[in-house]
This record gives sequence, C-alpha cells and structure tokens, in this order.
Amino acid sequence: MASAKGWAEDTIEVSGARIFLRRAGTGSPVVILHHDIGTLDNLDFYDELAKSHEVIVPHFPGWGKSPRLEWMRHPRDVAVLMQGLKSGLGLAQCALVGLGFGGWVAGEMATMAPREVSKLVLVGPMGIKPPEGYILDQAIISYIDYPQAFFHERKSFEKLYGNVTTDQLEAWDIAREMSFRIAWKPYMYSQQLPHLLGVVKAPALIVWGDDNKVVPLSAAHAYKKALPNARLEIVKGSGHAVEMEKPTELAKLVIPFLATK
Amino acid sequence: MHLMYFTEQPMSAYDEKAGLEYGATALTFSNKHFDPVEGSRLYNEFLEQYLKVEEVGIDGIMLNEHHNAPFCMQAKTNMFAAILAAVTKKVKIVILGNPLPLAENPIRLAEELAMIDMISKGRLVSGFVRGGGQEQLSAGVNPAFNRERFVEAHDLVVKAWTQPGPFRHEGTHYQHRVVNPWAVPLQKPYPRVWIPGVISKETVIWTAQQRYPYIALNTSIEDTKKIWALYDQTAAECGYESGPENRGYLARIHVADDEATAVKNAREFTWMQGEFTGLAHPVWANPAGYFSPSSRRSFVEFAVGRSQNPRGAMSFEQQLESGMIMAGTPKQVLPRIRHLLEETRPGIMAVWAQDGKVSQKDSLRCIELLGTEVFPQVREWSKELGLNSPFEADAPVHLNYSKDLKKKPVAAE
Repeated sequence: MASAKGWAEDTIEVSGARIFLRRAGTGSPVVILHHDIGTLDNLDFYDELAKSHEVIVPHFPGWGKSPRLEWMRHPRDVAVLMQGLKSGLGLAQCALVGLGFGGWVAGEMATMAPREVSKLVLVGPMGIKPPEGYILDQAIISYIDYPQAFFHERKSFEKLYGNVTTDQLEAWDIAREMSFRIAWKPYMYSQQLPHLLGVVKAPALIVWGDDNKVVPLSAAHAYKKALPNARLEIVKGSGHAVEMEKPTELAKLVIPFLATK
Repeated sequence: MHLMYFTEQPMSAYDEKAGLEYGATALTFSNKHFDPVEGSRLYNEFLEQYLKVEEVGIDGIMLNEHHNAPFCMQAKTNMFAAILAAVTKKVKIVILGNPLPLAENPIRLAEELAMIDMISKGRLVSGFVRGGGQEQLSAGVNPAFNRERFVEAHDLVVKAWTQPGPFRHEGTHYQHRVVNPWAVPLQKPYPRVWIPGVISKETVIWTAQQRYPYIALNTSIEDTKKIWALYDQTAAECGYESGPENRGYLARIHVADDEATAVKNAREFTWMQGEFTGLAHPVWANPAGYFSPSSRRSFVEFAVGRSQNPRGAMSFEQQLESGMIMAGTPKQVLPRIRHLLEETRPGIMAVWAQDGKVSQKDSLRCIELLGTEVFPQVREWSKELGLNSPFEADAPVHLNYSKDLKKKPVAAE
C-alpha cells in the first residue's frame, strides 16, 4: 500500500489528562481506538484509511506516549476521556474504529453518546463475556507470546515487530499493567455493556479474523445480537489483529462501509 | 536472640515426574496430583514437629502460607497458628506472614489474629507480606494495586486493633461501614509485627519507617548487609538508631548426627528443581504492576529468556560452599552460624531446617539437635555479641510508640 504522507503528532488536554495522538489525511473523521498492547506508529491500514479520511489515533492514558492517570479503574473511564478528546478536537459526529480492547472502548463510547457515532467498526472487540470460551488471559503468558497470539501466522508478527526490542517489551509490560489496572476483574469484559449497546442505532460493522486466538468468535455473535444495526464479516487467514495481519482486506471492508449513507 | 523453627510444609508426596513432564510445579500444575491421604499424614507430621520444637526449648515457630503449589502445603497460615495457640504453652507463634493484599476483608484478619493472640495468651507475632506474584493470580487479586492494598490493609488492621469501634473506613481499596470487631488482641498496644522479605527496597524502607523488624529471607551475606544499610539509613531519617532488634534472618540449616546424612538431607532444599517456589513462568512470579518499576527493564528481558534470573541460580554445592545452605553435625555448622552472626548481626533468627522428602525421623532429630546442641551455643554468642531480640531490647512495637526519637533535623530554608 502506498503510504499516506503527513502524519502529525499532537497532545490534547482532557480533564487533567494529556492525550497524545497521531493524525493524517482529510475527509470525514475516523477515530481509531487501539489494542491492549498499544499500537505501532505506522500501519498500512491507518495509511489506507487516511487516503480518504481524517484519521486520528490517540494513545489511551497510560499507554504509549500518554501519561498514566492513577485514578482510572475501568475502560469506561478511557471511553469518557476519548469522548472528551473528540470534543476537544471539535469533532461532533465521527466514525469509530475499535481494535480488540479498543473495540470495548469504542462500544462504551457509542453507548454514552449514540448520536455522535456515525459508523461503528469493531475488529475482534473485547468487552462482552464470550458465551463460549474465554478471552485469552495475558496474565499467565509471556510478553512476546501474547502479541504473537494476535496473529494467524508467526511471519505476520515478525514482519511488523521484527526482533522485538527491549523498549517494546517494556512498553508491553506497561500496557499490561494498565490492562490490569482497569480491566482485571472481570477480565476484559463488562457485564453491563451488552445490555447498553441497544441504544446504538448507528450502522455497525463487526470484523473477525477466522483464527482469532484472543477473543472467541462467540463474542462476535454476542456483539451482533446486542447491536441493533450490525453485520459481521469474517476475514480468512487472520488472527485477532486483522488490521495488522490483513490490512488490505480490512480496508476493503471498512472504507466502503464508511462511505455508505 | 530470638530463635525459631521453620518448615515450608512441603507436599513431599506429589508426583515429581508429573511436574517435570508438565514443565511447571506451581499455579496451573494440576491439583489432581495432590493426594489427601498423604496430605493428612504430612499435616500431622508437621504438627508433631512443632510440638517437638516446644519440647526442646526453641523460642518460636515461624509459619507462612502459599497457594496452588506443592512447595508449601499451608494455604492459610492462621489455621496452624490457631492450632498452635491451643496445643503449645510457651513458644511464640510467629506468622511471617499473612498476605495482606489478598484479603478482601482485612477486618476479618484482624479478628482472627486477635483470637489467636488471646487463645495463645499473648504469644502471637503477626507478620505481614505482600504475597507472592503467583498468589495474586491464584487469589484473583489485582497485582497492580498490591503495594497500595498492603499499606491500606495494614493501617486498617492496626487501627482496628488499637482504636475503639465503631468507626467507618472509606479507603481507596477497602470500604467498611462499621468497623467494630468484638475480638481485640491481648498484647498492648498490639502484637509485634515483623516483615519478611527478599530484597525489595520499597518494603525495606516501609518496614524501617514503621520500626518493624525486617526478616531477610535467606539472602546472601552481601545482600543482607545492603538491606541493613538501607534499613539503618531510613531509621536515622526517622529519628532512631536501628540495631539487632530490627534485624531478622532466615537461614537454611540442616543438622544430623553425621555429616553424610546431613548433606544428603540438605540436598532436599533444592527439591523444587532449585527454585524455592517450584518451576514456574517468570510472569507468574512477577505479574505486571507487582514488582518495582525500577526493575521493569531487567525483568522483561529475563521473562522472555534473554537474560539470567537477576536473583541468580546457584547449584546445591555452590550454596553449601557459600553458606547459603548449612549442613553437617552441630559442631560443623556452628562456625558457619557464628560467621553469619558476626557479619549480619541479627536479633531474630529463623532456621528453615528441612525441605522436600526428608523423613519424619530425621526431621525430628534435626529439631532435637538444634534445640539442645546448636541453639544453646548461638544464645551464648548472641549475648557476647550483643544481639538482642525485640523482646530482650523491649523495643517499641511501632515507631509511634518510640520514646527515644531524635528530633528530625529541619531542612534549611
């Protein structure tokens, strides 16, 4: 994929939080909510979206370059701050793309202000207790094994992360600590969210890698059931992180979905 | 000198081969390998050992707890403490300790400990610990708030022990509408609190700030000296001078009538494949948020197999050579103990006397030799070296009860 030029960095103050973000492109705005392992700066999927949209990729407080907030206790706290970030950026209505854990945050945001969400894209979202199986528990596996489990194929992981640096390992440990601080119990889901998603009337696209080893497919069906206007797409040959493993395929699903009225 | 006996209460009858095949002997190693018939035998053998300890005149029995692993069978330290409160008469019951952060209701702990103190007629020493990393996972308690919960639970337990109820507690991690336990400790102002640890700086500093004795768990002489340097410095900052009454040490010492038996039995100290707590994934022992952020970088490298365990891994022979494990006849181990006393100057000493599959007969003989041949000499030397226990020194239970604090120097404007 051709790289969209012009990624800029910024830091926005929201209710005492300093939220770092990267942004590029022009067009109708899309906010991307990242995984529990944080996000790489550059991804083909982000570039592809930025060709036709204004793409905003914030770092959640405590992840990446956004400082930690000691008081945060729930992903809903992150969602409120992301809502605040949107206001701070002057974005009235926009699309949300939630990746894994970020899908949970996106779901919470949509329940808070349903009319502010034009389209909701959830890629392997956490946040709902899977009716069958469990969300993979990073607490008992290593720093490298967990992100590797996001991929169908090892080579997809290696292509992006190469020989994992100690800086990256440290960042994953910090991200893991944040996940524990706000989503320890119940682990990576809300017992309330499925009952609240009914208020979200916006069109929703749920995307699942057919080899998602992190969030069981049963959760995809639970999301589809909870969201009034959702469709589910399965991407072949992909793990949990469809945006990293199958960026072209995901873009082909997401861009037309965002373009529909 | 306060001298204590300690056993991990090893589940020595588990299937070792199954552990090696599984590749772990902790947390997720299936409890289908736990045989309650053997468990029943072993619990009763440990009780027999504790009674022998009192019989041979040892000062105290040190107890602890761990979960989900064969290296330690005691899942609730207050259980044996309660039993000992009833069946012994003289020994101090030294819990090292109750894992505070695992408690969802610290008031319940305060009640249990008060009961033990009253039933034992004031023989409780109530140590507290953070709990191992794996314990956070087995108990489902958030490791990221471990230290905060430890401090808040401690403060709440002490308040429940020392201030008349009812009162309300609205904390960060604990909220209680009515704190008003109808069981308070016999010892005043409250039972002595000792804090065991390996080398975590934050814990050493906190312990010195409370003026609680710190019990170094079988650390090397060099590391033990570093712990005392940090403790002493913190004590000075708090306005008191620390000494042997603030220092405890847990040593692994096995004695027998002959050297060959002693060394053979001492080898069992490494029965958990050389690790105290068995084979486990590094992230189980140190879940994110549990350890000091200052060691994050070195830990993540260790956890993915890029570096050696920062704690080091010594062979049995190396440990015997360095004195980390002592084994022999009483006459053979005594000079080693003397060296340890001179170098680290503790006023409290616990002896972890055997582990693994040492027979009950040899365990009881070891306790007998400790009580009759080793400890009398250690007591003599302790007098000579001025190594007074907190009891002998009549040390304050907590900094707040100190009468000898030097006024803190006021920083120049």
